This record gives sequence, structure tokens and C-alpha cells, in this order.
Amino acid sequence: MSTLEIRDLQVSVKLPEGELKPILAGVDLTVKAGETHAIMGPNGSGKSTLAYSIAGHPKYEITGGSVTLDGVDVHELSVDERARAGLFLAMQYPVEVPGVSVANFLRTAKTAIDGEAPKLRTWAGELRGAMEKLQMDPAFAQRNVNEGFSGGEKKRHEIMQLELLKPKIAILDETDSGLDIDALRIVSEGVNRVRATGETGFLLITHYTRILRYIKPDFVHVFVGGKIVEEGGPELAERLEVEGYEKFLTRA
Amino acid sequence: MTTEAIAPPSTKSQVLRSFDVTDFPALNGLEEEWRFTPLKRLGDLVKATSLTGAAPSVEFGDLPDGVTVSTADDVDPVLTPFDRVSALAYGSAAGVTVIEVAAEAEPAEAAVIRLVGKGGDAAAARTFVKVGNFAKATIILEQSGSVTLADNIEVVVGDSAQLTFITLAEWDRDAVQAQHVKIRVGKDAHVQHLQVTLGGDLVRQFTSVEYAGRGGDAELFGLYFATAGQHQEHRQLVDHSAPDCRSNVGYRGALQGASAHTVWVGDVLIRATATGTDTYEINRNLILTDGARADSVPNLEIETGEVAGAGHASATGRFDDEQLFYLMARGIPEGEARKLVVRGFFAELINKIPVEGLRERLGDTIEARLVEAGS
Repeated sequence: MSTLEIRDLQVSVKLPEGELKPILAGVDLTVKAGETHAIMGPNGSGKSTLAYSIAGHPKYEITGGSVTLDGVDVHELSVDERARAGLFLAMQYPVEVPGVSVANFLRTAKTAIDGEAPKLRTWAGELRGAMEKLQMDPAFAQRNVNEGFSGGEKKRHEIMQLELLKPKIAILDETDSGLDIDALRIVSEGVNRVRATGETGFLLITHYTRILRYIKPDFVHVFVGGKIVEEGGPELAERLEVEGYEKFLTRA
Repeated sequence: MTTEAIAPPSTKSQVLRSFDVTDFPALNGLEEEWRFTPLKRLGDLVKATSLTGAAPSVEFGDLPDGVTVSTADDVDPVLTPFDRVSALAYGSAAGVTVIEVAAEAEPAEAAVIRLVGKGGDAAAARTFVKVGNFAKATIILEQSGSVTLADNIEVVVGDSAQLTFITLAEWDRDAVQAQHVKIRVGKDAHVQHLQVTLGGDLVRQFTSVEYAGRGGDAELFGLYFATAGQHQEHRQLVDHSAPDCRSNVGYRGALQGASAHTVWVGDVLIRATATGTDTYEINRNLILTDGARADSVPNLEIETGEVAGAGHASATGRFDDEQLFYLMARGIPEGEARKLVVRGFFAELINKIPVEGLRERLGDTIEARLVEAGS
């Protein structure tokens, strides 16, 4: 069973002039396989910084603290090594890769993660099955990665990767943004299928409580000013639904 | 990155044209048409008034039915040289290689002809491609080996004919080529030219198009990849003089390594008689490393207001770190991710090649160059 441990994590964003602007001011969080943690907070509170710095985006610099996955210091790993170690980031704004088909991309990613090419005989079926489950048209496989995708298609494509790559820890960065209610349901069902295996730990980053009606978190953390200011169970999300972030903002 | 607009070349239709090299003043590098070209590296092609080296040998295996290759002492030229080097090629070429597709022929397979340079003194060559009326063919011209070459390729596409014409410059690293490709598009004919430039030290290819009648359609595509020290220059002049014709120009290049230099200059001229013209031209460059330079200059000169469409675009960008991050975040190692992105950048052009073996070979060659240049 895998564990992601975040200890006193401090992260700055690199500004174009080379200066560092501190965003995360000491974050402590432990995510175990089978658990779902919701990170909730207002815009600009540093939620996405947490997600991208764990994944290793070059725009962020870790200035203090640590992130370990099953005891391995994640900072020592390159972006691709982190993914192969079992980290997955479903992005809020998935990137277009012109000229690279979804089928080719997924096969290349699957090969990289598994360390061997998927068996030709079973792969086609696995891919088709993953697409069907997310109600994607088979023609989708031949389109270029994220190019011309609607908001819903982009997010379904991210969750399809989650299902195919079977990470140890999955960070979902505002997966609910840009989705209508039908797409939100389809995407949530995909996440719940992976949760049901009990082998993946989730860090679910969201601004709104809506997605939490479909994906029930075990823990809720309120993120304000680059750190966690309140923690609780699912009932905390319901409180936020009613009260909003006002109270935490004034306190911070 | 350099993108600049220059004054509309009102002289494009009136430039000096002559078959005699001595009618053209000696090049000094200040001429608008030559300002990007490192003349020194052109060697004898700059000053010579005749070239005597051996032209590349013409090699081919079985040709599909309907396609013949022969040599002729002379052929009525379609290209009236409009610069010194094309006049030099015309005057010095010992003969003309004639590739002919019979009228109404529809060869089942592509005709592959290789021009192989054997080194030695600067040489001249002429190639003439004649596609008969109502024919439909694919011709692939593979240029390899070592040369210092001035050459003209003249292409006549008959009425209602369809030609896919692929020219590959896979010269040795020391090769120098200044080439003119002239395409005459027949009435209702359709030509698709794909110009691939990977090799050579200096390769400068000037493609010009004219229309013999209404309804002609010319698609000019280019794919180039310059690595350290290479100069690759592509110029086009599409001269719309007939009504209701179409042109579509799309060139894409990647650059990698110190002093890799590419130049794209796309000129489209729509004359007053060419009403109903539909034209678009675009150049895109992907700069993979520091120290490379891509010049990109689209020019559109329009003398009639009654066009169906006329546009141009040019974009030169660096390798997108966000794409790299996205792919690497899915476990794909950096080298592999870069290959995917560059292959993807060229995919649209490579997919236009109707021969699967060649598509694969080009994809592999591009990947190999990416690695060879030490990314």
C-alpha cells in the first residue's frame, strides 16, 4: 500500500525575471492508497501550486520541506521518473500536442509506465473499453491529443489516462472545472471505479463542493494562503457549501 | 526569430528574365533575393559563367506503366531564368533528363528516380517533368550524395491532370545546391509538391508556379530540418494570372544546433486578370535549441479586389515546455517526448505522402537527426 507524505512543504513560483514568489507556506498532508482527500480553497490559495510542484513542473521551486512517495524523495526524481514511480496529475488545462494521436500517446505512456509495451492483442480492447466507459466515440483515438477537444472531452481524456495508467497516487486538479453536469457524472464514475480498487490514493483539488456529491472524500482540508487551515471529514465540505470560505479568509 | 514585412515587390512581375547568365549582374549578396544566402558557401555558383562538373547520375529501377525516363539534348524551357544561378544551370546543363507520364495514364505506383551526386567540380543539371492531360501520377525525386549543383526542374502538368511530386534533398553534409523548380499548372489540373530538405551544407530551392488556364490548383508543401551549421532556404513565387485558380503553400521547419539557419520567403502575386483566386500561405518554424535562426517572410501582392480568398501567416516558436511537461508527467522520458512533439509537428505534412514506406523512412530520419544533434 502506497503512501504520499508531504511535510512542511514550501514552494515558490519562478517569476519571469527570475525572482521567486513564495506560494506554499508549509503544507503537511499524508495520502494513503485507498483514501480520498479533498483540498478545498478559494482561488489563489495555492491549491494548483501544490499539485504542480508534486508533479515536478519546472515553474515551481521547492524551497523547504519534503514530499516522499513510499519513502522515496520525490524531489530527486525528474518529471517522468515521478510518473513512473506512481504519481499522476490530472490537469486543469490539459495541453494540446498537435500531430500526436490519442492512441499513439496512450500507448507510449502505457509503455513508459509499465516498462514494456502493452500486448498488441489485448491493448486494442483495453483502450476501446476505457473509452467506452467514459462514453467517448471510438474515433477519438485518432484525434490529436487535446487539440480541438471540448472542456468535457479534455477531462474525460485525463480520467481515461487515470484508468489506463493505474497510478499509486492521483492528484486531480480542478477536474470539475469546465464540465456540465452530465460530463461531471461520467468523469466522477471513472474516478470512483479507480477508487473501488483500493490501490490508488486521491488528492482531489476543487473550488466547489459539487464534485464531492459524486466522489465522497474521506478527508477534507481547507486551503487558504498557501497552507491548510482546517481539516475534517466529509461534513466539513457540507459546512463550506453553506458558509463559503469567508470565515477562513478573515482568519488568515 | 525574425518576421518582417517588406514593401510589396511591385517588380515581381517585371524582374529581369534571360537565358544568358552574362545578362545578370554578378551577385554581391546585397540583392533582396540573396540577402539571406551566405554566398561564400555557394562557391563557384556565384561567379562562374559556365559549369563543367559531372551532373548527378540519374538512377531508377522498374518504372510503373505509363512513366518513362529519357535524356534529350534540349527541351523547350518552361522556366525563363530570373536569376543568375538559374540561367547558369540552363546554359551549362549538358542535356535534359525527361520524366514523362503519358496522357490519361494512371500508374498504379509511384515512380522513384534518384539523382546521385558523385562530388567533384561544380555542375549544372536540368530535369523536365511532363505529365500528360488527364494523367494521374506520383513522382518521387530523391537527391543524395555530394554535389555543388545549380539545377532547374521544370514541371508541366497537363490539363485536368493530377500530380503528386515529392522532391527529397538528402544530400551529404558537404553538398551545395541552388535549385529552381518551375511548375506550370494546366487548366483544371491539380499539383501537390512536397519539398523535403534534410541534408546538405547549403540548400536553396526556389519554386515558382504559373497557371496555363482556369481552375488550376497548386499545393506547395515543404518540410525541412536544419541542424548545426546548415543553411536551408526555400522561396516560392506563385504567379496567379489566370482566373479561378487556387494555391496553398505550407512549409514547416525545425531547427536545432548552433547556426542552423532557415529562410522561407513566400511570394504570391495575384494579377488583375486572376479574379476568383483563392490563395493561402503559411510557414511555421520550431526552434529546438538556442543559436538557431529562422527567417520567415510572407508577401502577398494583389492587383484585383475580386478574390475568393487571400491570406498568409508565419509563426516561429520555441519548443513548448508545457507540451514536454504534459508528456513527461505521463511517464514518457524527455528524449522520447521531444521525438513525439517533433514528429507531431511534421505529421500533417508527412501524412500527405501517399507511399507508406517513405512516410516511415522520413519519420525515422527526423528522429535520428534529433538524436544525432544531441538533444
